[in-house]
Amino acid sequence: MDIFIQQLINGLTLGAVYAVVALGYTMVYGIIQLINFAHGEVVMIGAMVAFTVINALAPLGLPPLLVVLIGTACAIPVCILVGYAMERLAYRPLRHAPRLAPLITAIGVSIILQHLAMLVWSRNVLAFPQIIDIKLYNIAGATITNVQITIIVTCVAMMAGLALLVYRTRLGTAMRATAQNPHVAGLMGIDIDRVIAATFAIGAGLAAVAGVMVGSYYGIAQYTMGSILGLKAFSAAVLGGIGNVPGAMLGGVLMGLVEALGAGYIGTYTDLCKISGISEWLTQRCAADGGHFVLFGSNYQDVFAFVVLILVLVFRPSGILGERVGDRA
Amino acid sequence: MTVTARRKPARLWAALAIVAAALVVLPFAMSEIGTTWVRVTNLALLYVMLALGLNIVVGFAGLLDLGYIAFYAVGAYTYALLASPHFGLHLPFWVILPIGAAIAALFGVLLGAPTLKLRGDYLAIVTLGFGEIIRIFLNNLSRPINITNGPQGVWGIDPFRIDGLSFSGTQTILGLSFSGPIKYYYLLVVFVAVVIALTLRLQNSRIGRAWEAIREDEVAARAMGINTTNLKLLAYAMGATFGGVAGGVFSAIQGFISPESFVLVESIMVVSMVVLGGMGNVWGVVLGAILLSFVPEILRFSVGPVQQSLFGRTLIDPEVIRMLIYGFALVLVMLFRPAGLLPSAVRKRELAERSE
Repeated sequence: MDIFIQQLINGLTLGAVYAVVALGYTMVYGIIQLINFAHGEVVMIGAMVAFTVINALAPLGLPPLLVVLIGTACAIPVCILVGYAMERLAYRPLRHAPRLAPLITAIGVSIILQHLAMLVWSRNVLAFPQIIDIKLYNIAGATITNVQITIIVTCVAMMAGLALLVYRTRLGTAMRATAQNPHVAGLMGIDIDRVIAATFAIGAGLAAVAGVMVGSYYGIAQYTMGSILGLKAFSAAVLGGIGNVPGAMLGGVLMGLVEALGAGYIGTYTDLCKISGISEWLTQRCAADGGHFVLFGSNYQDVFAFVVLILVLVFRPSGILGERVGDRA
Repeated sequence: MTVTARRKPARLWAALAIVAAALVVLPFAMSEIGTTWVRVTNLALLYVMLALGLNIVVGFAGLLDLGYIAFYAVGAYTYALLASPHFGLHLPFWVILPIGAAIAALFGVLLGAPTLKLRGDYLAIVTLGFGEIIRIFLNNLSRPINITNGPQGVWGIDPFRIDGLSFSGTQTILGLSFSGPIKYYYLLVVFVAVVIALTLRLQNSRIGRAWEAIREDEVAARAMGINTTNLKLLAYAMGATFGGVAGGVFSAIQGFISPESFVLVESIMVVSMVVLGGMGNVWGVVLGAILLSFVPEILRFSVGPVQQSLFGRTLIDPEVIRMLIYGFALVLVMLFRPAGLLPSAVRKRELAERSE
């Protein structure tokens, strides 16, 4: 089996999901310069709702694909509602407050959502129902599953749809205008409040689908699943240049690839036994440990993503595709 | 504060004396309710130190740092590794604390140097990543050479010891029984008082005013001849130093540390303390830290019994209610007081200008 191609496939799948979640962060940031810390929790809520619906429908004998689709269809409106509610209640009143105030309410909302989910779905790791039969396909010595193909195709389709929405519709134009200058956009007759609410709703809808995909891909769901996913996706959005829609897509895919390839290769390349000739002590250690003296194993996977992020930002302080941003903390 | 001091020195001194007396009596009153509360107070004091350290970076210099707990971790692990059976080293605490502070400061500069060009939220995510990197390293540096003992953590850490007087265990002095936590409490009160005095002096110093200038407008500050590079690095280093010292004390009090104590949520907690209290205002930050460390603990002990008395049984997991109330409290406080509970003078002015 070809490790490189295999990790490329895994990375693309993961990256596609990151990209979709990152879009939610980047759209909100682009319009109101807020890091919506609670966005990861919306993904989690999406996964949880789908979990409940799929579990309820699974024994009925419907076609598996239909069941998953119904699950997703139920998750989307719930998430949109959650997204809208948090904008309305926690962020809108603070639109003219000091920059860090909405950040703290975002943290508060995140805590609330997590623990509401814990109340409803318990604190246990839930086994996400695997009702779709997994089929394996061979590509150039690596395998790809039908679930992975579905995830990648769905994500690409959603990103294309979003790009159309942002660049080709009236709502998209209004969103971009609001992002550039909310005051002037308001003078031009754009209802800024509605545009911002719509942005939250769209982001939350994407997050719902991402939640279902993550759940079916890993086969588990838990009330804490949103935070680490959100963190990665947010990093991806920053990597691409936060506030920039194509940037989030690029950043997400890059993040996924870096993580997968990093996890696949870091152990091999930091195995000091390859150069065991240089020191007597190392040779002995290698002999004792069965020929391996791995400095950094694949448990450093998460470090990899962050190191790449930091390196990119050191050389391009506004991300890969980003423009210069304001500097108020 | 300074105005009152100039006008009514007598009243200020009286107030100070009352506060000091209250602080002296507090641990004994607390231990009447239960020794746990002395421990909770000690942790709250540690959080005050952390929040004041972070306030230098976020409140004074305006650099949002979401990975601050990393410095706490660096200080804690420095102490743990130099004073525990893990490496068989047992250095005294007055040797280790400065080492820990210095290493933490070094890490502060290490974080600061590559991020000097970053602004606003880009900085936030890099600091967050830095914090995570430190934690992941602590978690994994048990192989191939065991440095941090990985997720199991380091245990058997020495308490503070001055000659014969150890800070762990109970001692009777002048007919009063001083338990371990109470002794640490007095030590921490002294530490916190020193940190408060330092930050207050710092705020009104040349450096503090330069930080404020950088926070308000970096380009203008540089045009005025302020060396922004050095001053930003100094802010990181000073903030990190406080974190490092607090970490060392934490290590000694707990006697056991593991990477679990230094997760992202902790960083976010400290940021919330600073912002909720009123960033830039030393007293606001102290208030924020005390509130946010006590409220969850009070809820922990009250939510269960209250449910029992209201419904006769535990309906909902107390942990859930506790965190829900906490989350709602964060949101509500920020909604009603967007600049924090005790806003700094600058923030007040800004808000007033906006509302005109």
